[in-house]
Amino acid sequence: MAKARKNNTVKLSFDTLKYAPAPESKSSATINAQYDLFINGKFEKPLSKKYFDTINPATEEKLSSVADANTADVDKAVKAARVAYDKVWSKMPAKERGKYIYRIARMIQERAREFAIIESLDGGKPIRESRDIDIPLAANHFFYYAGWADKLAYAFPNKQPKPLGVAGQIIPWNFPLLMAAWKIAPALATGNTVVLKPAETTPLTALKLAEIIQESDLPQGVVNIITGAGATGAAIVNHPDINKIAFTGSTDVGKIIQRAVAGTDKKLTLELGGKAANIIFEDAAIDQAVEGVINGIFFNQGHVCCAGSRLFVQESVYKVVMQKLKDRIASLIVGDPMDKNTDVGAINSKQQLATIHQYINIGKKEGADIFESNCVLPKKGFFCKPTLFTNVAQSSRIAQEEIFGPVLAIQTFRTDDEVIEKANNTPFGLSAGVWTDKGSKVFNLTSKLRAGVIWANTYNKFDPTSPFGGYKESGFGREGGLHGLSAYLNAL
Amino acid sequence: MAVIHQTLAVPDFSLSPRIDHVGIEERAARFTKRSIKAETKINGLKLALNMIDLTTLEGKDTDGKVKQLCYKAQHLHDAYPGLPTVAAICVYPSMVSVAKKALGNSGIKVASVATAFPSGQAHSDIKIRDVKYAVNNGADEIDMVISRGKFLQGEYNFVFDEIAAVKEACGIARLKVILETGELVTYDKVRRASDIAMYAGADFIKTSTGKISPAATLPVTLVMLEAIRDFYYKTGKMIAMKPAGGISKSKLALHYLVMLKETLGDAWMNNHWFRFGASSLANDVLMQLEKERTGVYQSANYFSVD
Repeated sequence: MAKARKNNTVKLSFDTLKYAPAPESKSSATINAQYDLFINGKFEKPLSKKYFDTINPATEEKLSSVADANTADVDKAVKAARVAYDKVWSKMPAKERGKYIYRIARMIQERAREFAIIESLDGGKPIRESRDIDIPLAANHFFYYAGWADKLAYAFPNKQPKPLGVAGQIIPWNFPLLMAAWKIAPALATGNTVVLKPAETTPLTALKLAEIIQESDLPQGVVNIITGAGATGAAIVNHPDINKIAFTGSTDVGKIIQRAVAGTDKKLTLELGGKAANIIFEDAAIDQAVEGVINGIFFNQGHVCCAGSRLFVQESVYKVVMQKLKDRIASLIVGDPMDKNTDVGAINSKQQLATIHQYINIGKKEGADIFESNCVLPKKGFFCKPTLFTNVAQSSRIAQEEIFGPVLAIQTFRTDDEVIEKANNTPFGLSAGVWTDKGSKVFNLTSKLRAGVIWANTYNKFDPTSPFGGYKESGFGREGGLHGLSAYLNAL
Repeated sequence: MAVIHQTLAVPDFSLSPRIDHVGIEERAARFTKRSIKAETKINGLKLALNMIDLTTLEGKDTDGKVKQLCYKAQHLHDAYPGLPTVAAICVYPSMVSVAKKALGNSGIKVASVATAFPSGQAHSDIKIRDVKYAVNNGADEIDMVISRGKFLQGEYNFVFDEIAAVKEACGIARLKVILETGELVTYDKVRRASDIAMYAGADFIKTSTGKISPAATLPVTLVMLEAIRDFYYKTGKMIAMKPAGGISKSKLALHYLVMLKETLGDAWMNNHWFRFGASSLANDVLMQLEKERTGVYQSANYFSVD
């Protein structure tokens, strides 16, 4: 006993008694061999005549071919959206708009299983997450904003809220359907029409959503979903007949977009990168804090803009937090996203995996200490071991730049003021987490941290009623809640 | 005070780690999402069977009832070859000698509740005599209750000393300390009582008597498993865990095993370090095992009701 205490090397083991495979069946989802562009209520061949492949990042197998929209296709989609706005959607009683949005919400729920399967196949996220988080939340966003459609006068009392017109929406690959819901639901509820472009690596659930929209009898052209890569996105941003751009993605692209719309009267909201600080104080409930840190950085393989990618631990509890973190990482199941027991799935693309590996190398070169899970990665597909870096300084690149993967940079602190200063010492400001048993400390921190979302004693909690968005280079504008409505209205 | 623990520095129990209510319940719920299939399920069910403390704790218990239960413990379901036995029979002190004789050299332990079970409302001398009576009659394990009234009054030293005294009275019998979590109510208090029990010499910490509702729950058990883990990190000493009461279905038992595995790891995955206190769980596990073996559910009438 004394020996174990002296060495402090007591180690838990999670190796034996593996869970038998529990794969979700793929049979209840249909993926077409080829998808065209959803314009004016119909699937239409692209004028570009070009298609590109979307693959399953866990197996590197092709799932489908998807149309690559060029400038002419974008123009066609914007024209359809403009006609739908002028002739139908802006004139329709708000109550009727709400009914359509409710219908879409219910249809997503009815086909939740199919959506979850396709989301995991196309994006690599664990089926548990797409089943329990992405898809239910996406449906909830439609339900929530459907309720607001005929109550805008109450949301903005003494003002006359008016829709903006045609909204161009560009979404990322980390939460494909959920981001589509975040964008489309408030736009429709406020009376705008939409041209939406999903990310090129994860277009399939947005195209499934297009099928639902078609079945829902939503008037033609109200929602147009077109696929393509950066050039397609640029064509949307630069189209002269678009009134509003909503973008979620990297800070670099966000800056390009902001330059492009400067001098036009397009309204803009940007939800960009982050490098969130997750802060554990010595008086925190340590086991729950460790669980929150795990959830904060390994949820969706760390492909989360608000991921808690910097961990600050008060020095007095540093040792015990590290021991618990390492043992917890050893119990994470990494592998096949379609297995119901998988905790950490596949990295979204080869390119992203290379970026993550590059940062891991930078961390090593910077002299930080690396700790990796001892899990065995599948031979095929894009996978990355859950990784911790300790001995990280504020000046390390792995503590400054967004890695967007399962890599956590850990630093220590001594006092409240010190951690506030360090946490704020970043160009980003999307989110933060505070772990303490003391209510007054929570309020002190939340008022001083410069971040759009701050969680106390929890992390990565999302709700349609709660606004989400960033400070500084994490963007501007809010999605969710009442704030999310105002991003699509002129309320004068 | 028990001699073997003089090397341990006893902490201030009022400073026991705090538990976040929302966080612990969320974590406990995550274990229920694990999908347990195929041979993992069969192994898990057999393991659960082997971890049961088959229990009868009724005012109307008789020699006849205890003998029948002891036979059941050794012959859970003879139609299924190669089944393990349960871990122990759990009875009142007056039934220990009967159970001991009935179990013979089967290897099944005899556990006896003691210390004025279930309320614990008796003088310490009487509790110690209760324990010694059970041990002298051959009990391998003693399930004591803590003085919840004293604990809630904040008299942690009293509770600590009482457990240490009982531990001494146990001799070589292993001591299970029942916290009666349903009467402690908050997770913070469950954690504090767990720490007191382990530092005072408990071999097991146990949730409940089964006489108070709520009895064992997944989050309460998780609080206790995390206390065991912290104690292990600090001292290198393993403490066993026994949730009791309210666990009557196989599926729930498997959730507990998943939680045990992912919290404490493989070393705890046996009946020396984990027990289920249950009376009706065994038959549900047997029914599920037969379903796995034959592909169909059998009528409850095929499983003995002892």
